[in-house]
Amino acid sequence: MQLPVIFLLLFSLGAPGAFAQDSKKEIEKYQQMIADSSPVELFELQGEALWRKRQGPKNASLEQCDLGLGAGALRGAYAQLPRYFKDADRVMDLETRLLHCMGALQGRSREEASKRVFGNENQPSEMELLSAYVAGESRGAPMAPGTAHPKEIAAYELGRKLFFYRAGPWDFSCTSCHGEEGKRIRMQDLPVLSTPAAARPVVATWPAYRVSNSQFKTMQWRINDCYRQMRMPEPNYASDLTIAIATYLTVTGKGEPYRGPGTKR
Amino acid sequence: MNPVTMKRALRLLCIAATLAACSSAPVSERPFTSASELLEVQAVLKRDFHARGSAGLSRLEPDAVQQACNLNGNVPPEFLVKALEAQQMAAIKFPQGSLVGDWKRGQRIAQSGRGLQWNDGPKDVAGGSCYNCHQLSPQESSHGTLGPSLRGFGKLRGNTPEIQKYTYGRIYNAKAYNLCSQMPRLGHSGTLSESQIKDLVAYLVNPESPVNK
Repeated sequence: MQLPVIFLLLFSLGAPGAFAQDSKKEIEKYQQMIADSSPVELFELQGEALWRKRQGPKNASLEQCDLGLGAGALRGAYAQLPRYFKDADRVMDLETRLLHCMGALQGRSREEASKRVFGNENQPSEMELLSAYVAGESRGAPMAPGTAHPKEIAAYELGRKLFFYRAGPWDFSCTSCHGEEGKRIRMQDLPVLSTPAAARPVVATWPAYRVSNSQFKTMQWRINDCYRQMRMPEPNYASDLTIAIATYLTVTGKGEPYRGPGTKR
Repeated sequence: MNPVTMKRALRLLCIAATLAACSSAPVSERPFTSASELLEVQAVLKRDFHARGSAGLSRLEPDAVQQACNLNGNVPPEFLVKALEAQQMAAIKFPQGSLVGDWKRGQRIAQSGRGLQWNDGPKDVAGGSCYNCHQLSPQESSHGTLGPSLRGFGKLRGNTPEIQKYTYGRIYNAKAYNLCSQMPRLGHSGTLSESQIKDLVAYLVNPESPVNK
């Protein structure tokens, strides 16, 4: 499942070294350049193949996975996540639900299915490719995560508390970087993710392809990597903690039509 | 303040904080919270984090400064601010002799964002991550804006022993000067060594440093 080398070459040529000087302008230029041959589409296609691939002890595909709109109903399903799932009695985001389906439909152990959830530039992970495909099936659908079930409300509330909670050797919270308008770290602009105005375009474009490292990245990865930079220990993948933060951000940014998977610096 | 008085003060604050939480503040503002909420969050952290590399679970243990800032939306009452700032100040280990090292080494430390992350190797030398948040040398255009600009730091303030001490202390433990400062306690947390902080002091106060050109 190697990415065509020519695409990678195009990316490295197309991503100018001048990001630091004028990153926004360069990204716009780059996005225009790749508009006709979006790299995201490649990931979506690979994800679709994985979605249909029979595997695991039950030799089954994921095609009957219920992402909230019924078994196999993909159109617009991503835009309604995270949400509460009765069969698991838990709020789940996309990645958590995919893990659930890998277990329930394919008979795979959680340990095996989550062994390599974050890929690298040579080899994206199964989870990243599946996320690209499923998210792409929600283009145009307004982001409408669950906000009614008590466990959805609890996840939102926990996410909000975690967002502001300072901890670790550097005393950081999410707001250390995402708490004030108009700030940046090095040259990177920082959205104030507790405000709908800033959260909406973010929520509408993740998961996303990152130009700077030629990788497709998911929201679970985004949260994981923020905690790394905050000098914290590592959050458990698909834990209630990471789902709570994803829920808080998605609910804060709800309403925007999904236009991802996006392309980021 | 002795531990008992501190505990009582914190308990009183919890009550006040819970009341304050009832008034609806805009979402973007840092919320006051209650002690029970803090405990809930701390239990979730303990459950849903695992140790990786040098980043052990002991990092989740809150200290008095974090508790006070978390509980009070980063604006604790004045008496608590004074008490905790004094405690943090008293814990700063000022070196014997000169507080000013080599500004050239300091520049490299200011540039480096390494250190304390789970993917940093045990032999990786930590940096100060200064440029992530501050402008310093006018020659470095890739600087963050989360903290105030420090361009011309020494030129504006001078290079007196008092300024040197203030600069050393502020890098070692910013919370001794501004309790809920967003700046990491780079000496207190064990991120930077004594000689590294001295090099950063030189980078900030030495008239020859590009910061002051």
